[in-house]
Amino acid sequence: MNIYVLLKKTFDTEEKIAVSGGKIEDDGAEFIINPYDEYAVEEAINQRDAHGGEVTVVTIGDEDSEKQLRTALAMGADKAVLINTEDDLEDGDQFTTAKILEAYFEDKEADLILAGNVAIDEASGQVGPRLAEYLGIPYVTTITDLKIDGENATIEKDVEGDVEIIETSLPLLVTCQQGLNEPRYPSLPGIMKAKKKPLEELEIDDLDLEEEDVEPKTKTIEIFLPPEKEAGKVLEGEVSDQVKELVSLLKNEKKVL
Amino acid sequence: MGETKERIFKGGAFLIEDLTGEDIITPEDFTDEHKMIAKTTEDFVIGEVLPKVENLENHEFEYSVELLKKAGDLGLLGADVPEEYGGLALDKISSSLITEKFSRAGGFSVTHGAHVGIGSLPIVFFGNDEQKEKYLPKLATGELLAAYALTEPSSGSDALGAKTTAKLNEAGTHYILNGEKQWITNSAFADVFVVYAKIDGEHFTAFIVEREFPGVSTGPEEKKMGIKSSSTRTLVLEDAEVPVENLLGEKGRGHIIAFNILNVGRYKLAIGGVGGSKRALELAVKYTNERKQFNTPISGFSLTQEKLATMASELYANESAVYRTVGLFEQRMGALTDDQLKDGREVARAIAEYQIECSMNKYMCTELLDFTSDEAVQLHGGYGFMQEYEVERIYRDSRINRIFEGTNEINRLLVPGTLLKKAMKGELPLLQKAQSLQEELMMMMPEEVGTEVLEQEKYLLRNAKKMVLLGAGLAAQKYMQKLEKEQEILVNLADMVAEVYNMESAILRTEKAISKTGEEKNNQKLLYTQVYVQEAFNRIEADAKETLIAVEEGDTLRMMLSSLRKLTRHTPTNVIKKKREAAAAIIEEEKYLV
Repeated sequence: MNIYVLLKKTFDTEEKIAVSGGKIEDDGAEFIINPYDEYAVEEAINQRDAHGGEVTVVTIGDEDSEKQLRTALAMGADKAVLINTEDDLEDGDQFTTAKILEAYFEDKEADLILAGNVAIDEASGQVGPRLAEYLGIPYVTTITDLKIDGENATIEKDVEGDVEIIETSLPLLVTCQQGLNEPRYPSLPGIMKAKKKPLEELEIDDLDLEEEDVEPKTKTIEIFLPPEKEAGKVLEGEVSDQVKELVSLLKNEKKVL
Repeated sequence: MGETKERIFKGGAFLIEDLTGEDIITPEDFTDEHKMIAKTTEDFVIGEVLPKVENLENHEFEYSVELLKKAGDLGLLGADVPEEYGGLALDKISSSLITEKFSRAGGFSVTHGAHVGIGSLPIVFFGNDEQKEKYLPKLATGELLAAYALTEPSSGSDALGAKTTAKLNEAGTHYILNGEKQWITNSAFADVFVVYAKIDGEHFTAFIVEREFPGVSTGPEEKKMGIKSSSTRTLVLEDAEVPVENLLGEKGRGHIIAFNILNVGRYKLAIGGVGGSKRALELAVKYTNERKQFNTPISGFSLTQEKLATMASELYANESAVYRTVGLFEQRMGALTDDQLKDGREVARAIAEYQIECSMNKYMCTELLDFTSDEAVQLHGGYGFMQEYEVERIYRDSRINRIFEGTNEINRLLVPGTLLKKAMKGELPLLQKAQSLQEELMMMMPEEVGTEVLEQEKYLLRNAKKMVLLGAGLAAQKYMQKLEKEQEILVNLADMVAEVYNMESAILRTEKAISKTGEEKNNQKLLYTQVYVQEAFNRIEADAKETLIAVEEGDTLRMMLSSLRKLTRHTPTNVIKKKREAAAAIIEEEKYLV
């Protein structure tokens, strides 16, 4: 089985976010594999171990994305592909990513493509479904279980806390939800092996794409942090007075009534 | 391997060599692979060990065994074991990073360290092929767990005074061991003990003793002040039958094994101290950002900032020093052939070359941990005294580090002792240097210190080295062979030498980082270095003065003190200002950052 994982690097969850000049500062920030993509890597390895085949991890990013790819290789993936857009693209959106991936998958025979449910940074959850549309294959999002039998797949999908059971067929794209599995730690022997595994680097040029082909369809107008939580206010006095004051505050100050 | 462009330095050579940043290994040189190994270890400790700390602290040691086996599955027990025996034979930086990241596990890090370090390494370094074949593959996976039994009720620092005896039986098949080994880490569950005993009450020798051998048992669990998550019991040997093939190394040469293993144990404890201090600082800064008094987060008070910045500066210097030592092992091993590398004794010898550095790192970094954990409790106020808070445990767990693997006092005495021995043997031209210094000081003119970055620090370092040579030279001249009786002076010298090593390590690391990525990106490193060097210099000056006063008197003393004043003349750094600046970034990032 040819299994592919779409992987994105994101800020470490411990990282503090600072915005300056309309951009998120990433100088010196620690990056990790997007936690939902880790479920995808783990699932891919498990499916390969059960059914044979090969796991290829694909990311779009810059030179530093190699670290996350090596981590996926250390977990047990077989090959990695870095589509380096650092020099070619100023910015991109979900359209850009899906378009580049479409071009990458054009000549591949993928049986199963796994992605995270969302990336914890921009949280659009669009790239997987869009790519499946472009490739003309079925997709199921937020999966919590995946059983493959020959060409058929039985999937448990998380629907706002309920479970939907879906039967579909390969080739297939799924996006992975928490609960699907427990991602393993890259073992030390795995880390040692990872440096010898193939890591291919491509640029959009290699995919016969021009900058115009992948120009974002959206514009980011502004980036800002959520307002800091202000200290609460404790009302005092008789209860009836407190109620009056509360209503007046909601009406006049917060203007929600 | 075998091919290296790096300069290889002798142990103790830092006192007389002039180095540049390129000569030392620094944490900035860690590869992505090193970082991945560190991350796996950290994730394992946070994800698997910490949820069980409560159980471990309550002596539910079945969890220790389970966790060690899980660690074995990840390769976290095989870093120092050769590949042919199922290990990973990683470089010493990797195994050091594993040790550093394990430190957060408190007492369990002692369990891990005893297994992979003092428990397994005697066999790695000194086992014969059959012994390695039999034990190492299982030790590397955690199928067998190891312990180390040297201390006895009546012999601690004086390890060679052991009373445990071994006697060959009449058939010549077994040694019969009798005695008690005290405070043995991992003794509740260890399968294999490295035990020292005197054959015929005379020849100090190491043995591999299995728990299942007849006559081997353990006493009740000790009740300890800290590291409660680790098991500590007495190992009782009552006519214990140890097959002759389990004699480790050579008969009567057990001290060689003990001495080499202690070196390793020491630098590993030092690394643990650095790791623990990072955690203490992180907890302290998070708490002080959260805790408000007088409507202000207490991190807003400059006295809190002073504490945080002092912790970080001390941490930086010690971290730089201990990884420099690890780098020295690496450089030396890089010069070994593949065959030599396979011979554990060669590896042990490469480490033993740096016994001075190992001892210094041990006492400096364990005292660093005592200092940082103490300040972290202090910054938590009353809450730090409560068991709900992690710092309470860190504080208790810290204390043993100054005692085991050779007390800090023993380690201090070893440093000038070993330096003098090296000088006497002609390995280090210390005495010649000391002599020429005395002449130099007579006509020394005050030096103009430039304003280039780190120039002041390098000037202070040069003069600090001269103070060490002055003190050591005079003491050696005056007391000759009797110097070993002057323990107060030896300890002063040990402190001065270690401060010099730390100062230099911080300076060189910062210099190397600046040369690679510029001053702006390394401002924090620069601030720590400036603070540490100034404060260390002040301490060295005090020690040097006390030493001169003890050694000389009258006119000679006055002359020497005037020489000392020449060496200490400088315009000091405003450390209060530097610390405020350093603290700002720590408070912002809520962790130790460089």
